[in-house]
Amino acid sequence: MEWILEPWPWYVSGPLIALTMFLLVFMGKQFGMSSNLSTMCTLCGAGSKADFFDFDWKSQRWNLIVVVGAVIGGFMGANLLSLDTSVAINPDTVNILEEMGFSSAGQAYLPTELYSWEAVGGIKALIILLVGGILIGFGARYAGGCTSGHAISGLSNLQLPSLIAVIGFFIGGLVMIHLLFPLIF
Amino acid sequence: MRSVVLLFIGIFFGIVMFKSEAASWFRIYEMFQFQSFHMYGIIGSTVVLGILGVYFIKRKRLKDADGNPITFTPKDKSFSRYMFGGIIFGLGWALAGACPGPIFTLVGAGFLPILIVFAGALLGTFFYGLLRKKLPH
Repeated sequence: MEWILEPWPWYVSGPLIALTMFLLVFMGKQFGMSSNLSTMCTLCGAGSKADFFDFDWKSQRWNLIVVVGAVIGGFMGANLLSLDTSVAINPDTVNILEEMGFSSAGQAYLPTELYSWEAVGGIKALIILLVGGILIGFGARYAGGCTSGHAISGLSNLQLPSLIAVIGFFIGGLVMIHLLFPLIF
Repeated sequence: MRSVVLLFIGIFFGIVMFKSEAASWFRIYEMFQFQSFHMYGIIGSTVVLGILGVYFIKRKRLKDADGNPITFTPKDKSFSRYMFGGIIFGLGWALAGACPGPIFTLVGAGFLPILIVFAGALLGTFFYGLLRKKLPH
């Protein structure tokens, strides 16, 4: 059972994500994480500012429970099911990142240059995380779904709109990392 | 009972997101540099099994836990919203190195600065709600 404490390879992880989707399907639900962000906006009273948020949040309560589970699962994965959480990325990737100033590459789960209180205290990392979040939330809702709703649920159902969205995800990601990262870092 | 099952599905999902390293900023960067098969293997194997499973469910007309027929809602036909929304999402996914599922997982894993990304994602969703009628869909 020691393999459980190691990082899980793609051929274990991928099938388990598919299993997650089918478990939700058999519960009569759809796998999609970003719609929870809308529900949370509604819970915060956004319905009075935009009718997009004017819906009964209780119809989405089931998905908020899944979110609570995902938080608990993250705690368990990091604290109970891992010995070493550093991510062994390609050494070539480590070299590129080190040259950009990410000395934590290959030695951590997330870059301490962005995801530590010390980094966030410097205004640059704070803005990067906030802007990244805004783009994620805005883009996911505009596209009507994120990686779970489009790349997994939508592609599994052979939806052309989801394929367009996933192509968009990759165009955006490639532009960010190849054109914008050299200007940001 | 139903809530407990959903909670366990969520816990399972959170563990998989963390242990697969799909919630790692480094894995997302490496994916967009095309320097590892890892993320492509995860997404690819999920989708292949997903396509087979959805096909099987439709063909066998399977029912869900309540005995209702399982249906898959088709997405509305459009190009611009999926392409433009997708590109905006992709920019954020690569910058913050997280998508919505992993955002929740990373809160639990104790990487608390992810709460800034979370707050941003709520703001972004809110901005979309405000601007929706002015955007091409």
